[in-house]
Amino acid sequence: MTVSGPETPTRQHPLAELFEADAAPLIEDAADNHTVLTVDRGHLLEVLRRLKETPELDCDLLLDICAVDYEDRRPRFEVVYHLTSLDKGHRFRVKVPVEENDPVVPSAYGIWKAADWFEREAYDMMGIRFDGHPNLRRILCHEAFQGHALRKDYDPAQRWLFTDQETMTPSWTDEEGEDDGDHFEAQVLNLGPSHPATHGTLRTVMRLDGEVITRADAEIGYLHRCFEKMSETHGWNQVIPYTDRLNYCSSHLNGAGFALAVERMLGIEAPPRAQVVHVILSELSRLMDHAVCLGAVLVDLGALTNFWYFFQVREEIYGLLESCAGGRLTVSYARVGGLAHDVPADFSERVRYLLGYIPKFIDDVERLITTNKIFRDRTEGVGAISAEDALAWGWTGPCLRASGVPYDVRKAYPYFTYGEYDFEVPVATSGDCYARYLVRIEEMRQSLRIVRQAIDDLPSGPVITDDHHAALPPKEKVYSEMESLIWHFKLIYEGIKVPPGDAYAFVEGANGELGYYIVSDGGGKPYRVKVRPPCFAIYQAFPHILEGHLVPDAVAILGSLNIIAGELDR
Amino acid sequence: MRQPDGSSTHLTTRVDAMLGWVRKNSLWPLPFGTACCAIEFMSVVSSHYDLSRFGAEVVRFSPRQADLMIVAGTITDKMAPVVKRIYDQMAEPKYVISMGACACTGGFYRAYHVVQGVDELIPVDVYVPGCPPTPEALMHGVLKLQEMIQQGETNYDRLRARNADPAASPS
Repeated sequence: MTVSGPETPTRQHPLAELFEADAAPLIEDAADNHTVLTVDRGHLLEVLRRLKETPELDCDLLLDICAVDYEDRRPRFEVVYHLTSLDKGHRFRVKVPVEENDPVVPSAYGIWKAADWFEREAYDMMGIRFDGHPNLRRILCHEAFQGHALRKDYDPAQRWLFTDQETMTPSWTDEEGEDDGDHFEAQVLNLGPSHPATHGTLRTVMRLDGEVITRADAEIGYLHRCFEKMSETHGWNQVIPYTDRLNYCSSHLNGAGFALAVERMLGIEAPPRAQVVHVILSELSRLMDHAVCLGAVLVDLGALTNFWYFFQVREEIYGLLESCAGGRLTVSYARVGGLAHDVPADFSERVRYLLGYIPKFIDDVERLITTNKIFRDRTEGVGAISAEDALAWGWTGPCLRASGVPYDVRKAYPYFTYGEYDFEVPVATSGDCYARYLVRIEEMRQSLRIVRQAIDDLPSGPVITDDHHAALPPKEKVYSEMESLIWHFKLIYEGIKVPPGDAYAFVEGANGELGYYIVSDGGGKPYRVKVRPPCFAIYQAFPHILEGHLVPDAVAILGSLNIIAGELDR
Repeated sequence: MRQPDGSSTHLTTRVDAMLGWVRKNSLWPLPFGTACCAIEFMSVVSSHYDLSRFGAEVVRFSPRQADLMIVAGTITDKMAPVVKRIYDQMAEPKYVISMGACACTGGFYRAYHVVQGVDELIPVDVYVPGCPPTPEALMHGVLKLQEMIQQGETNYDRLRARNADPAASPS
């Protein structure tokens, strides 16, 4: 294969020879350790297929698809794909420019099933149509919604009235079931959105043959509260309270991830003390998240006691968070460049107290549940998914690890000070609800292990960067020094000036890889923030897992996946 | 009431006051939890804060069995018909606590898919501010509602009074 001539020097990229000459994309290395491929839509599928199937590239995981509206550019839209190879560790960003008057690109659903909901979301939010998608309709906004909310010319406050009559029911619910005389008449059952087992906001419509689910469809968007549009109308630090409300069971993880993403774009780093505090609070947040997940799934299966045990653990951690940040649940403690303020003087004592206090509760739950026959009967072999399927659907996090793939961002791409700690990534192989339970229990122990090491060498020093392009100078200096006063003034009036460009940064959220794809135009506000929510990829496989299971299994499966609506719907 | 010496005494009250006293101490909440506030609501009913001390711990997810709807979390336009329908399914007398900034006013989501306060859809008796409110704040809201039930000041009481005598109160 020949590489194209010297008149297009960027095609000299070492990877260029892996693509057909006429389809060769423009390849560049971006600062965020991604290889960026720009390709026209006619060659998109060919390039994507190459990325997946060429052994040297081996991109088995499609992480995210989103669209960006560059209002002043022609072509106006850009569809962006994020891909990674778990074995090779390299990451790709594929960009496809799309014209406003013909916003169509071919669907990648045939290559990665993970494309399913991500493409629907891009259609809903930006009006990009994906040719060949099996079910391209709105996903987050309601059926009566007009326009595409994330386009730059859409007014953030423009609402559309929605009534009961317009609620969607899948088309297949009207179809006649196969009547072979031996079976019951097919019956359609609606579960949710207001149902105790659907956590308030998830709706599933299923067709039953007797008690066996033969087909299911999940409807989401009941908590779509416009995170991404709100991010575009607020300053960089003002986005952090919104991120807290993505996965509100483990809010600090989200804020720390967003701060990290912006810090990388600015080329700054939080001071060591802030990074270690981030790690400690993130791990405790992860533990809290697993606690609420396991507590809830056990309640749904009829074991109430564990819920009280785990909530006691949460109460104790809330105490620590409240002493640091002032809030219990939604802490807003992270800032671009570090932390809002230092931890309290008794932080170490409080953390050590938690380290002694929490294990007993985990042990108690394990004693009650792990070998409990009823629980095992309800969960073993239920909702099993193979590693290949989990990857195809874009799963990450504990659910993927329960299927036997040991991918954990903290190990694979260490951030903050995770590289310094000794911890295991728990993996199970059966991929069923029971495996997901076991993985989460063990992850809680590993989180405590990380916290123990982190608190032992908590460095002293500042908790926010002294780069005043990103962080305010201390107040006493503002009152006494001219330069600090100017910095203060500029930051308050103009906001943080993040250099123009785009970057994708990711952390290990409680449910898997939580990524932020951020586009900056150099102004005081983000131009576009796209979250890669781990729940979203996990939940799109849910209706497919359900087929062949019983209705009560649906409850167990849903609980074990730990779908957090704030993150799912944003 | 029988006294130790054998004589009997009476306790006189109005039926309304008696009913109010009964109702306020046996609220059965339906948590219409959608978001972060629902997690904080779980704290309120868990052992540490223990809402049962105020007679309101029998959480029911069926609107037919509940008389207090606690709207905990952001209500989106997509969810609006659901809230309305579930409220309509509750038997009277029924009360509503709006928990958190989103349910009260839309909170900091002044956005294209968010209901700007659940009182666009259903009548609210007590607003509990906070994002999310602390458990103490929600308990304060429940106590306040109990007070209102005893005094006959809830939306339900007002509506009933108006239906009984349309000319009387313009409220």
